[in-house]
Amino acid sequence: MPADTARRSKRISQESHAQRWRGIGWGFLVKLALMALVNAFGLAVIVSAIGTESWIILGVSIVLLAAADIIYFTRRALPLKYLYPGLVFLLAFQVFTLGYTGYVAFTNYGTGHAGSMQQAVDAALIQSERRVENSPSYPLTVVERGGELGFAIVDDGTLRVGGPDDGLADAGSASGFGAPTEVPGWTLVPKGTLLTDPELQQRVAELRVPISDDPNDGSLRTRDGSSAAVYRSNLVWDEQAQTITDVDTGLVYEADHSRGLFVAPDGSRLLTGWIVGVGFDNYVRAFTDPALAGPLLQVTGWTFAFAVLTVFTSFALGLFLAIVYNDPRVRARRVLRTLFILPYAFPAFMSALLFRGMFNAEFGIVNDLFFFGADINWLGDPWLARFAVLWVNLWLSFPYWFLVCLGALQSLPGETIEAATIDGAGRWRRFRSIMLPLLLVSTAPLAISSFAFNFNNFTIIYMLTNGGPAFDANTARLGATDLLISAIYKISGVAGGTADYGLASALSIIVFIVIGAVSALAFRQTRKLEEIQ
Amino acid sequence: MSTVSATRDPRQKARRIRWVLEVGWKYPLALAVVFFSAFPLVYVLSAALNPRGSLSASTGLFSAVALDNFVRLGGTSYWMWVGNTLLIGAITAVGAVVMGAAAAYAFSRFRFRGRRTSLTALLIVQMFPQTVAFIAVFLMLLALGEVVPVLGINSKIALICVYLGGALGANTFLMYGFMNTVPVEIDESAKIDGASHAQIFWQLIFPLVRPVLAVVGLLAFISAFGDFILAKIILTSEDNWTLAVGMYQWVSNQLASRWGLFAAGAVVASIPVLVLFMTLQRYVVGGLVSGAVKG
Repeated sequence: MPADTARRSKRISQESHAQRWRGIGWGFLVKLALMALVNAFGLAVIVSAIGTESWIILGVSIVLLAAADIIYFTRRALPLKYLYPGLVFLLAFQVFTLGYTGYVAFTNYGTGHAGSMQQAVDAALIQSERRVENSPSYPLTVVERGGELGFAIVDDGTLRVGGPDDGLADAGSASGFGAPTEVPGWTLVPKGTLLTDPELQQRVAELRVPISDDPNDGSLRTRDGSSAAVYRSNLVWDEQAQTITDVDTGLVYEADHSRGLFVAPDGSRLLTGWIVGVGFDNYVRAFTDPALAGPLLQVTGWTFAFAVLTVFTSFALGLFLAIVYNDPRVRARRVLRTLFILPYAFPAFMSALLFRGMFNAEFGIVNDLFFFGADINWLGDPWLARFAVLWVNLWLSFPYWFLVCLGALQSLPGETIEAATIDGAGRWRRFRSIMLPLLLVSTAPLAISSFAFNFNNFTIIYMLTNGGPAFDANTARLGATDLLISAIYKISGVAGGTADYGLASALSIIVFIVIGAVSALAFRQTRKLEEIQ
Repeated sequence: MSTVSATRDPRQKARRIRWVLEVGWKYPLALAVVFFSAFPLVYVLSAALNPRGSLSASTGLFSAVALDNFVRLGGTSYWMWVGNTLLIGAITAVGAVVMGAAAAYAFSRFRFRGRRTSLTALLIVQMFPQTVAFIAVFLMLLALGEVVPVLGINSKIALICVYLGGALGANTFLMYGFMNTVPVEIDESAKIDGASHAQIFWQLIFPLVRPVLAVVGLLAFISAFGDFILAKIILTSEDNWTLAVGMYQWVSNQLASRWGLFAAGAVVASIPVLVLFMTLQRYVVGGLVSGAVKG
């Protein structure tokens, strides 16, 4: 690293004589140090990516590192010097994830389909491994290298050693026929340690070291840590024919490349599959699968209703209060204003949790104090739960609209309203025909972005009702207050359980389209406003 | 005004009625609104002070007052979560400010090919909320973690990086607009005096646009503070949780028993936010408004 940076600094100083003449300066040293760090990190990632064969990450990190060096060590590309850091994060964690969501939406990625075909074959073979009858057992020593465990055995006077990833390899001739006592490149794990450390025992018991590159050869496993036996799968993989044969039952599973599965003629299939493109299947499924389409339609309807109603109610209340308390004759307006906006300053997720407790049917203070101890099941009844969600969100967001409308009201042209008053317009007329249109000019874009925000308001739903009450207590995971985003969260399985990344991503894409359309509307609105100004 | 003797005076009476109709009714209404907005907060304070600490025991307001719950917070991972939240929020805020300001500086001060296009592209990308792409974020971090463990699942750094991914789009326009109001002549005179572009950015522009930096930083901090979905997915071990993830865990499973802890935790966590918000509300709302209008 130091040599690298030194070389670079030399190049720079050659490029810019003027700079060198004035001395290098602190800024340049800081830049050099930062770039050294960036290069060190980048190179570490590149080396590691080669090690784990992650080709996409390797390619991306090479491009990013090269771009960083070029951008910061030339005299040109001045704007890019300022854009680059933000762009890297934007591209990696937003643009890429958007694109990747689009890709996953057209695949069957999920539980049982999580890797390449080769990985699926390996997994299937491993899962059905049994100890080979009457197979020899080898004297074994458990070894360790850089935190990774491996096996060392003596086979016909040859020392063979390896870990779970690479498999066994010859490591010279062995002295004696007992368990290996010296393994070059590896550290021996003492028997005593093995016997006293249950976690280590567990790892050793789960360890399997392939005998060769061919998964059909089987692997070594151990039960006691002192002798190893050959385990072989009762499945046999035939790469040419693309079939897996079950030796015990004689069933032949054929690779179905359109579904990413191994299927037998009798319709049974192996649990492990691989990722394949499935076209619009996920979308078709979302709209036609009876177990999904119905609930999803309801969820979609509620998502729109929630977003519209919550914006409308809080906007209306906020505007009303702003008009009422914009009156200079009301005293203590500053105090009132501070008290009104308290809920807005209380963190939203805590509000949702707080109301979850307050709406509790049995112990909640809402029933206890306002309904004389009645047993109203606020969060257990579909309509009451929807009402509760809207109520909480009204509580949370009316202060925002109150503040916004107050600001907008104060910038209204007073003369126009005065003129209307003189012309004999009543209070309602003045509001309806002058104030509201003028207010909407500045607040409509805010309402649209608030709609977009509430369309995806995961936190409040998840914290308050978790989407419940469920449509169908037995099967569907979705419920009456689920928004599309919380439905996607449940279907995706990122929190555990059966995962269906493909279907969930397809739904995400639908949400993106809705949000994109709404935002485009907002964008055009903004444009129009700017033209007016 | 009307204390002398004029209660019988019909004009005085009419005036009084007019006052009630136009102004007077606003006070009882204000009382109702204050009750509506403050009641839950009063309740959470009461529950936090209730030593019995369960939901069922917390229904009477201030029926018992003790600091037991606050003391018991020390026996939980609460303070660790506070630390995590502050750390993640602070780094995210600083990163968002620096990256956004740099990008805004580039857009505001340099005229380069593709400038308009990239501004528009940024605006379009910004329209798509990052949280909806959480599956891709999750899968990407799984893959990334194989190569660089510090950027994998269950890493605070990874979460910060994900937040920073959304930083450019959301904030650049806000700062861009503000920087455009700083006269270019200032830069030019500095340039004549021999300042480099980096000196102009760090020593001239940065201090001049401080108000908007504060707003952006605060907004970034608050959104990191309040985020649940990404934090929940990325931070899997209890040591790494943020307040949102940790406190949800308290209340979701053991609503009845952990209620006092939750209430105490909520009071502790919200007081600094409340104070900060109340002092800066003018700027925050201004920031929200201009930010949203631009997006």
